[in-house]
Amino acid sequence: MLTFIIRRILWGILAMAIVIAVTFVLFYVLPTANPAVLRAGRNASPKTIAYISAELGINKPIYTQFWDYVKNIVFHFNLGYSFYSDAPVRGLIADRLPATISLALGSVFITLLAGLPVGIISAIRRRSFFDRISMGTSLVFVSAPTYWLGLIAIYLFASDIGRFKVFDGSGSYVPLTTNVGHWFGSLIMPWLVLAAGSAAVYARILRGSLIDVMGEDYIRTARAKGLRERRVIMRHGVRSAITPIVTIVGLDIGALLGGAVLTETVFDIPGIGRLNYDAITHSDFPIVQGTVLVAALFIIIANIVVDIGYAYLDPRVRPT
Amino acid sequence: MSPTAAQRVASQMSPTGARLLEVEDLRVEFPTEDGIVHAVDGISYSVSQGHTLGIVGESGSGKTVSSLTTIGLTRTQGARVSGQIRFEGRDLVGLPDDALRGIRGNDIAMIFQDPLSALHPFYRVGAQLVEAIRAHQDVPRKVAKVRSVELLELVGMPDPARRVDSYPHEFSGGMRQRAMIAMALANEPKLLIADEPTTALDVTVQAQILALLARLQRELGMAIIIITHDLGVVAEVADHIAVMYAGRIVESAPTAEIFRAPEHPYTWGLLRSIPSLDRDRDEDLVPVSGRPPSLIHRPSGCHFHPRCPYSQPEHTRIDPQIAQVPGRSDHGVACLLPADARRQIWGELRKGRDAERAAGTAGLAVSEVQSDADPQLSVAEIEADSADVPTPEELEA
Repeated sequence: MLTFIIRRILWGILAMAIVIAVTFVLFYVLPTANPAVLRAGRNASPKTIAYISAELGINKPIYTQFWDYVKNIVFHFNLGYSFYSDAPVRGLIADRLPATISLALGSVFITLLAGLPVGIISAIRRRSFFDRISMGTSLVFVSAPTYWLGLIAIYLFASDIGRFKVFDGSGSYVPLTTNVGHWFGSLIMPWLVLAAGSAAVYARILRGSLIDVMGEDYIRTARAKGLRERRVIMRHGVRSAITPIVTIVGLDIGALLGGAVLTETVFDIPGIGRLNYDAITHSDFPIVQGTVLVAALFIIIANIVVDIGYAYLDPRVRPT
Repeated sequence: MSPTAAQRVASQMSPTGARLLEVEDLRVEFPTEDGIVHAVDGISYSVSQGHTLGIVGESGSGKTVSSLTTIGLTRTQGARVSGQIRFEGRDLVGLPDDALRGIRGNDIAMIFQDPLSALHPFYRVGAQLVEAIRAHQDVPRKVAKVRSVELLELVGMPDPARRVDSYPHEFSGGMRQRAMIAMALANEPKLLIADEPTTALDVTVQAQILALLARLQRELGMAIIIITHDLGVVAEVADHIAVMYAGRIVESAPTAEIFRAPEHPYTWGLLRSIPSLDRDRDEDLVPVSGRPPSLIHRPSGCHFHPRCPYSQPEHTRIDPQIAQVPGRSDHGVACLLPADARRQIWGELRKGRDAERAAGTAGLAVSEVQSDADPQLSVAEIEADSADVPTPEELEA
């Protein structure tokens, strides 16, 4: 098991190295705009641009630039400085992380809370009224784009501009450490909007998976043992059917920690997604590159955790 | 046949001793989009304490469905069940789910064909045994664990104290079936239903599992119903054999009698398709030609007539009922052929003669067996062939 974990981590490191190399190509080799000009700002003198070029090292050979780049990231965890605010990218991301984590974990929690029971009940009461209604609703949520759902939610329920003033609207985010109540209130709508689509996906996947599992021979065995139907469903059926959900939850958390760009933008939550969005609109390369690297790191870590978790869940894939 | 007549034949055909399970005129139907599947169509049998009943038939003959229905496992599939299943005098058909659950895995246990898919892949064998014990006995987990090791020992599992912590995928096929049997024995059942317990196993392991079942029956005194498509399997272990075809019992007799004097053409077919050491090496094995009939649109008259070489024109119209073989109180058969003709035919068949010669001796014209999808026929002809109503040619022939 230990060698399996080590091997997975080594593969993760290799994947991260590839991501670092690709971002280097994307942000240092391919851009047609001169980073020094962007960095120097408007009406900069050629002297300033030359100075900045030397500072950024963009006159050096590519391989030297690559080495400096890798050295900075790996040994100093230095992601460079924003072209506009001059602030270190690492600090900017660290500041934005709490909002993103709040949004990600809260929405995953709601996703599971809604998606799993609906999936289980729909599978057990297949073709019932509940099943038809919930699967129909889930189809709407799966198909609805997040930003559209977000805008509709704000239009209907935001306390400032909404038709029914129920929840705090866009731009109301306050950090957890400032005021727990306001933090919670401001995140209710973003959580629900972000959770709607994924809860629908989870419910549909779990429903399908559980329907398959309930037809397995070992479910018949469990019933033949005289177990209560509830136990047959939960301990024997759901236990097997849940494995694909575990995979998606892991990857979803990884992806969400990299920033829910659309939700954070619609609700104006100062998270990594919003940071990334703003940086893209300003061609602020170091920030874009930093957020991409951080998002990739989260996804790779999530992948490793999922693989290891899978081995715990299913003894058949457990290396001995 | 009226239920009382069915009852009479069933009671005559069962071995003596206290009747543990009595099934009477059991019918199981599954409504589907294509029509009603008549999976079990009025069968009656009984099993006595300490005895073994073999139920033999092809896939789709209703043998598994009838057993699953006994412990209520077809209820979740929307089956319509009628008739009676009396276990120790209690009717299981009308029993509430909760009461039936108390019997399932407790008084009546069941083992299945493929032990790999029948055991939960994510739980240790020990945990699954503990669960089986604690489903019906209020004992602490530790006590149940100790009992699990004993059960594994009872079924001849090597190194049971270590194996109890293994996962099913770490076992060989034979060990898995032993674990399944151990689980079935967890609450000392009075009746064990074994559904094709050896089909998924190697031949040498098959013999071990059958010997194990026989030993356990001796030691524990339980009754066994063994379901199989293989007459060779039940020959060794069963006291009484019921042959099923298209949801019905077509022949029922003590095991020795089935092998010595079978009465039904389908049983003859089954017997002639088993290889045997004391038969001539050059003698061909004769498969039962054709395929099992659809249980939605069943053949008219005798359901076996499309595959029966001795079928007579009126057999496409008259539906035979199981009746006592003259002079044999415990032997029943559902066949329209005259009793002496059947005896003559079997007499010829066992000498190695083919169906045509055998039919000739009995003074019958041999009839063409309809195979399910004759490549010589057009689709329309095949469809016309499989229609329930006999065509004018069939009636005249």
